[in-house]
Amino acid sequence: MKEFAYRRAADVAGAVALLDADPGARFLGGGTNLVDLMKAGVESPERLIDIRELPLDGIGRTEEGGLQIGATVTNSDLAAHPEVRRRYPALTQAVLAGASGQLRNMATVGGNLLQRTRCGYFTDITQPCNKREPGSGCPAVEGEHRNAAVLGASHHCVAVHPSDMGVALAAYDAVVSYQTAEGAGELALSDFYLPVGDTPHRETALPSGALITAVTLPPAPVRSRYRKVRERASYAFAIGSVAAALEVRDGVVREVRLAYGAVASRPWRARTAEAVLRGAPADAGSFAAAADAELAAASPLTGNAYKVTLLRNLTIAVLTELAELAEPAGPTGHDQEGSAR
Amino acid sequence: MITSDPTASQTAGAIILHVNGEKHALTVDHRTTLLDALRERLDLTGTKKGCDHGQCGACTLLVDGRRSLACLQLAVAAEGREITTIEGVGGSGAGQGAGPGSESGGQGELHPVQQAFLEFDGFQCGYCTPGQICSAIAMIEEHAAGWPSAVTDDVHPEAAPQPLTPEEIRERMSGNLCRCGAYMSIVQAVGYAAGARHTHSGPDEGSAA
Amino acid sequence: MTSTVPAVTAPVTAPPTALGTARTRVEGREKITGAARYTGDIPLTSLAHGSLVLSTIARGRIRAVDDAAVRAMPGVVAVLHHLNAPRVRGDYPSIMGMAPDPTVRAFQDDRVPHWGWPVALVVAETPEQARAGADALVVAYEAEPHDTDFSGERTDAFALDGVVPATLAKGDEEAELAASAVVVDASYTTPEEHHNPMEPHAATAYWQDGRLEVLDSNQGASWTAEDLAKAFELEPGTVRVRSEHVGGGFGSKSVRVHQIAAVMAATELQRPVRVAMTRRQMFSLAGYRSPTDQRVRLGADPDGRLRVLSHGSVSQTSSVYAFVEPAAAAGRVLYDAAAHRTSAQVVSLDVPTPTSMRAPGMAPGSFALESALDELAERCGLDPIELRLRNEPSAGPLSGLPFAGRNLRACFEEGARRFGWADRDPRPRVRRDGRWLLGTGTAAATFHAFAVPSTAAVTAWADGTFTVRIAAADIGTGARTALQIVAADALRVAPERVQVRIGDSEFGPAWLAGGSAGTSSWAWAITPAAGELRERLALGVDIPADGLTVRSDSTTALAGQEPAERHSYGAQFAEVAVDPGTGEVRVRRMLGMFAAGRIVNPLTARNQLVGGMVWGISMALHEEAVRDVRSGSLVGADLAGYHVASHADVAHIEADWVDDPMPGDPIGIKGVGEIGVVGAAAAIANAVRHATGVRHRRLPIRPDRVLCGESVDGGPAGESLERGLPGESPDA
Repeated sequence: MKEFAYRRAADVAGAVALLDADPGARFLGGGTNLVDLMKAGVESPERLIDIRELPLDGIGRTEEGGLQIGATVTNSDLAAHPEVRRRYPALTQAVLAGASGQLRNMATVGGNLLQRTRCGYFTDITQPCNKREPGSGCPAVEGEHRNAAVLGASHHCVAVHPSDMGVALAAYDAVVSYQTAEGAGELALSDFYLPVGDTPHRETALPSGALITAVTLPPAPVRSRYRKVRERASYAFAIGSVAAALEVRDGVVREVRLAYGAVASRPWRARTAEAVLRGAPADAGSFAAAADAELAAASPLTGNAYKVTLLRNLTIAVLTELAELAEPAGPTGHDQEGSAR
Repeated sequence: MITSDPTASQTAGAIILHVNGEKHALTVDHRTTLLDALRERLDLTGTKKGCDHGQCGACTLLVDGRRSLACLQLAVAAEGREITTIEGVGGSGAGQGAGPGSESGGQGELHPVQQAFLEFDGFQCGYCTPGQICSAIAMIEEHAAGWPSAVTDDVHPEAAPQPLTPEEIRERMSGNLCRCGAYMSIVQAVGYAAGARHTHSGPDEGSAA
Repeated sequence: MTSTVPAVTAPVTAPPTALGTARTRVEGREKITGAARYTGDIPLTSLAHGSLVLSTIARGRIRAVDDAAVRAMPGVVAVLHHLNAPRVRGDYPSIMGMAPDPTVRAFQDDRVPHWGWPVALVVAETPEQARAGADALVVAYEAEPHDTDFSGERTDAFALDGVVPATLAKGDEEAELAASAVVVDASYTTPEEHHNPMEPHAATAYWQDGRLEVLDSNQGASWTAEDLAKAFELEPGTVRVRSEHVGGGFGSKSVRVHQIAAVMAATELQRPVRVAMTRRQMFSLAGYRSPTDQRVRLGADPDGRLRVLSHGSVSQTSSVYAFVEPAAAAGRVLYDAAAHRTSAQVVSLDVPTPTSMRAPGMAPGSFALESALDELAERCGLDPIELRLRNEPSAGPLSGLPFAGRNLRACFEEGARRFGWADRDPRPRVRRDGRWLLGTGTAAATFHAFAVPSTAAVTAWADGTFTVRIAAADIGTGARTALQIVAADALRVAPERVQVRIGDSEFGPAWLAGGSAGTSSWAWAITPAAGELRERLALGVDIPADGLTVRSDSTTALAGQEPAERHSYGAQFAEVAVDPGTGEVRVRRMLGMFAAGRIVNPLTARNQLVGGMVWGISMALHEEAVRDVRSGSLVGADLAGYHVASHADVAHIEADWVDDPMPGDPIGIKGVGEIGVVGAAAAIANAVRHATGVRHRRLPIRPDRVLCGESVDGGPAGESLERGLPGESPDA
């Protein structure tokens, strides 16, 4: 690790000003990804601006009936918050499916969105990687790519975004608020991550020097679920995940949100599938058709084609589960508002 | 506004660390992690370095009462926080006063989680053990505070509290790897210390018989 | 719960033996309070820190090392590499006559034999400065084409003897195959696996009064001291190695580059230097289990009696060492057949040197052989346990020697009873629990039992206490506690009166913590010394102020042992749940019944056996190091990329044992360190077959592989494609 200067910022304007004045500076939140990458030599900031003490650690209702989550709220506090658990249960489930209890106590919401891929070539500075060193090549395309992207990737980079939280946020139409020296701004999460194209090193649409201040969730269907598949039962990154929210009336899908994790360079909002589902019967046939429509765009490599099957199966399983919760079969069942099973 | 020492060099700073109820003034290279500061500067070596990248949990300690990983925490950024290491979780002296080669582990009072680890043999080589114990102590509090986990069926805040079953313990402790594979006895120890039921007859819903 | 049986009730003359009663660990309190000092925990005045620099090519030469800039960096005190490092030998015989690991010869020449080869050491005042210096060191290479592409199909594989002969054979394989009513012929693969003890390898070296002192994390202090003396051509008595606490080893903690580099730097700088491997560095410096590609051919009569047992294994070694993973050896012990052939071949590649890893040979070999037995049972329409019992040999299948205790049948019978095996419906894919398919499987286990000459000293003190000194290592096994029990039993005193000191080469030569032979070897040395001391004390001798000491050396006693087939055995049972929609596999419960000699301390022995079975889960489902053949490096070589089982992967495991004292051993010990992992992965793979109808012949059984074995409509894929049974995994 190279030597660096350190400053603790006390307010948002001060933090932004410090970064603006120093192109070699980076914000330090929980540090769970940045410090790791500094040790690996992937990141070499000249100055860290510690933002953990900024007053951005609150969660509150918005006027529209949504929820605003401060950027330095820890993953643990987010997952445990009663309003999140009550109204956005898939977000709680997604956060709890990620990392470990220790890491969730450290990691922040803003940092989660900005975390880098765990692709084994990206994290090893002795290897080529277009994301880390533009133009050096992508060895994953012909090398180890079992956990590489099947959607939206390019031959320049097939890395996946590792976030679980982000997948739920994508399903909930989250909006990211930020601050720069010029003022405040907003980006919908769907516009937050840039397409891979031939510039995989450019990951987000955040203006240079911007500090994420909050993530806002509009009201959303309450019945939601996050399911994650990984190569061990816990403490591992996803190889495929689904966040879904569903409203069913009279056996017909009235509202649906669907997002996929570990399939693309960003949390993948499955809008094609959603379009197929709206107004369709809430049954396994529709769910399969929707997944097929979404995954028709998939272009897997030889070693990750299983992800298409996995995501199809997960889509059907999670939506079926939500549909049964929405309109339980059997005479004794009743619609339990807010159940997050 | 900045709060770090302006007289220090750009890449090092004078800080005060609050560890186990004591204040320690030291000047640290900004690169120094809390883990290395404790181990190399304060001779508090109970907190172990297993991977140095947040992938094993051996360096787990408590920061402001919450379990955290010392390897991903910069020491300079830990200033002002209340740090509790394995040496500080028991009664006074439980982990103190044992130099190299000492046969005693100190004679202070053990934390109930430590006592349970001893009696259930919740370890083998012992290297992940301080991290497992610190993690378990905080995890029991997290559960008591009503935090759900990834295996909690219903995360709704009005749902009935999820008992700390072996399955819940396993999920909540998964950030602490044990390569010796002492997981069975660790879960027994944690369950016993947490006052969970069924600990004596084995940690699980059913037995293999 | 109190595990320690109070010994105070015992009469002074003949206390009840502590052997076989559960006792908590002697050093337990130190370990749970953080007071136990592992190598990297021991503070030393003016300690410098060394950080290794590893090669970034897979084969070639070092063209230049530009160390000037690094020497000028803050805190850097030395940069060692092949142009300036002290000379060491690497051609001496190490343990069991084998050559030492080739990284012992680090910094000796410009050759780079594999990715991650140690090329330099940067020493600095602080760990941060050393690491930064190592990161900054520019090494220029002349790369040569490399070959890291392991496959069992390679024509350049060659037979290689290891500690056991490469090939043992009898009978006419082809004739017996032709006469067999039922044949299984299948290939099985296991990946590159890494030990990954939780404590990374670390050593601190310094000179004191003309002697080299080394604090080290290893599996045998006297072995390490002897090797370091040979490597640096020092007088044997001038090197002292201490390893009080060791955070796991599993075969990896031998003499490696960290001790060598620490000694070099301490010698150059004349101050203490600590060198610790990073987790990532361990993946190329600490040894690993070679991948294997195994072919098993079984031929049997309709009643399951074996006519043919043919098991060939191919593993890899490095271009600078001849190491063989003896994966076919299990069959030499477990089953007899008219035609019996077991063989080991290796392919030499530009890869790091593999080494022994917990249950060497037996762990990967039992996966293949015990999967094949399961396939044979299915084809014969026989219960898998019945098939094994029908093939129980009465003497060593190849040696003809008698078995020194063979209680495999008892393990299966008792295990089957406890596991509920009798109720098992053999049909695959007929049990469901929601989204999960359920299945059960079983496998046999075996591991050799032996003892190696060692020395010990037992001292009586005037206050009625005793001290045992032996260069044993407690790498998590509970050795300290077991040896206290052994000594107390021989002295006929309460264990509390016996202090056991280990982990110090000053205590003389002793076998290491390895081969499941630690406790047995050390007990062979301690028991006669303690016995003789007890007899002398019984004569009423006065104990001088510096104690009364009896020393022992078990060399002669062990040389007098009759030849026999000495092994431990076990029956592994597993129940798994498989989600065919996601490919997730969960092990719901396991039971291992073992015949592993006399159990000295049930508390720690059970822990170790269960730990071995956790390794079985890890091996079956998770562990795999992936090598990028183009660069020759591993991808994701850390604990996030290389998965070992976590808490959540281990639901319920029970280990127990049948009475099985080892004949001829003073105490009856066989050893429990390795047997727990043997057969465990096969039992899980067999259970996955039972659950899904799909046979997985490649480890680990990953979600993608399970998914590829499933057809789109549910049910095993490839019903019409396969060569044998329905539902062969397409990538098997």
